[in-house]
Amino acid sequence: MRIALFITCFNDTMFPGTGRAVVTVLERLGHTVDFPQEQTCCGQMHFNTGYRPDAVPLVARFARTFADYDAIVTPSASCAGMVKENHPLLAEEYGHEQLRRDVAGLVPRVHEFTEFLTDVLKVTDVGAHFPHRVSYHPTCHSLRGLRLGDRPQQLLRAVRGIDLVDLPAADSCCGFGGTFAVKNADTSSAMLADKTAGVLATGAEVLCAADNSCLMHIGGGLSRQGSAVRTMHLAEILASTEGDQL
Amino acid sequence: MSSRGVVWLGSPSFPDAARVALKDDQLRANLKRATGTIRDKRLTVAAELDDWEELRTAAEAIKNRTARHLDHYLVQLEESVTAAGGTVHWASDAAEANRIVTELVQATGEREVVKVKSMATQEIGLNEALAEAGITAYETDLAELIVQLGDDRPSHILVPAIHKNRTEIRDLFRAEMGHWGQPAPEDLTDEPRELAEAARRHLRQKFLTAKVAVSGANFACADTGTVLVVESEGNGRMCLTLPETLITVMGIEKVLPTWSDLEVFLQLLPRSSTGERMNPYTSTWSGTTEGDGPSEFHLVLLDNGRTDTLADPVGRQTLGCIRCSACLNVCPVFERTGGHAYGSVYPGPIGAVLTPQLVGVEQAASLPFASTLCGACYDACPVKINIPEVLAHLRAKVVEAKDGHTVEGLAMKAAGKVLDSPRLLGAAQKAAALGGRALARNGKIGRLPGPLHGWTDTRDTPAPPAESFRTWWRKNRESE
Ligand code: SF4
Repeated sequence: MRIALFITCFNDTMFPGTGRAVVTVLERLGHTVDFPQEQTCCGQMHFNTGYRPDAVPLVARFARTFADYDAIVTPSASCAGMVKENHPLLAEEYGHEQLRRDVAGLVPRVHEFTEFLTDVLKVTDVGAHFPHRVSYHPTCHSLRGLRLGDRPQQLLRAVRGIDLVDLPAADSCCGFGGTFAVKNADTSSAMLADKTAGVLATGAEVLCAADNSCLMHIGGGLSRQGSAVRTMHLAEILASTEGDQL
Repeated sequence: MSSRGVVWLGSPSFPDAARVALKDDQLRANLKRATGTIRDKRLTVAAELDDWEELRTAAEAIKNRTARHLDHYLVQLEESVTAAGGTVHWASDAAEANRIVTELVQATGEREVVKVKSMATQEIGLNEALAEAGITAYETDLAELIVQLGDDRPSHILVPAIHKNRTEIRDLFRAEMGHWGQPAPEDLTDEPRELAEAARRHLRQKFLTAKVAVSGANFACADTGTVLVVESEGNGRMCLTLPETLITVMGIEKVLPTWSDLEVFLQLLPRSSTGERMNPYTSTWSGTTEGDGPSEFHLVLLDNGRTDTLADPVGRQTLGCIRCSACLNVCPVFERTGGHAYGSVYPGPIGAVLTPQLVGVEQAASLPFASTLCGACYDACPVKINIPEVLAHLRAKVVEAKDGHTVEGLAMKAAGKVLDSPRLLGAAQKAAALGGRALARNGKIGRLPGPLHGWTDTRDTPAPPAESFRTWWRKNRESE
């Protein structure tokens, strides 16, 4: 199976450690992965802010870059959702016949990281060791967009040494929402305050999720409050082993 | 400003209005308690039906079919209502609807009407229009009465006074009820039962003497000409049966093809709205009946932007809304800001998509952005209206209307250029890493001035690391 990584522009720039963790886990499971350098961005910011035509070249670039792979794996539920739901829509609205066909052919091969592990590779125990108290925040895109269900928790429960604790009001939005956090900063902050209060109530040392954007938002709030709780992408927990703690 | 109601004149944009609401701790506590309770109840009673998802699918299908053949079903409705002894009027906008209703009331010679809670009459500002003609409209729904007595605005579709708690309501009753109708008892407490009783007594005189009633409609069946109102208190039923003249104002999208379609909606509506298996009162009427109920019935069919909405293939699903308010109760934004921030009769997620479509996106440009696109509303909606999809669609319309020459538009264009080139993206990453690290202290970026200050007011941002993933890959994997 030819596996390509779609690391996303945001992870690439801000959270390269997540990409490295994905590589670690997949290689540990015996797979060879590729990172096509022509990749950039899924166009989510443009799409969600109303700049649809500006997202179209990015859709075309994505389709071009990943055309030849059997599986395209990404550690971002929201970017996977963007590709799966909205690339077909943009191709339909603005694209030519060929783009529409390319996108339609590609979409079934695009996988969010946890879903790729559980559903395609059929593993839940990836050999990780992480002796810490951890809480998981299901981001809106993993919960209601991609319907990941408890796949992430299945993976986390199989981690040795982990103490997994439930997050109160886990399914309520953290208030990030891309440009929402800037355009409606006050409402976003009010939502964030409830989310960080929930995180602190768990007594967890680490909060993890399948989307670094939401984690940056929640982690930024925790940090501003002087909390020592760390935010980590779930892939980084799965990449940790006894000898190699992240 | 168009002649379409819906938006309150002079309303600030959503972020500005929200900022004010967010400072009101009492409001936030009231909202959190109210929406939290109803949210849990809804989940419980929805889970009781093993065909809940099938019901949603059926409701969506019926609403889609209705929208596709709306002209046909409306004409059929007019024929059925006329045959049953009612009179049908067509109103293209708020002003026309108000004129029709005012003239109908004037023709009776009455100066007072009792009202059944109705979104459509809120939308067109009927009470204000009647007042201008010297006619007083008395709201009889408990929550609407609270809003009216307080000279306030509704903030929720189903519970217009959700922003007020019981103590605030008791104080309002004590202060205001004496101005007309029976005053509130001296020793009135804030027990819900006592409050409801005080309202009932206050209104009783009006129920018994009013000759004209004005209502909305939850549904109307094209085949039988049956109009329906669903309610909890029974005050609506008093208005629908006691007066001599009944005037119903109904959005044209409320029509259903057949009587049997009600089966689906009467299961979905109470469960989705109040979290009850069945609502206490469902009143149906078909035209007029000699010696029973009103002797005159007028049905005003209101367009007010609906046919424009129908013309948009993505936006038209909004017309399927049955005003259950489930989307409001699960919305994390509504829960924090309350309904007034939306500046419209229709608040919450449905308001954020319906209002801009009814009045034109330029008139309500901030509303499609008043959401994180978290999707909770879509999951809750009993007719499966994909609100996030419509929100994103309307955002594009707002941007189009602004012609792209805004600061944001130029920034998006620039970002698009960078993101369409791995080389430019790599360069931008290096610049961001350098710039970010220069700004950062202890690896974190604190408060920033300018448009990003809203973000940095409450959050730290990590400085971008020196090495991007693509650089790491090139060094560690490419060379192998
Ligand atoms: S959009 Fe759906 S959930 Fe919201 S009020 Fe309408 S029917 Fe109810």
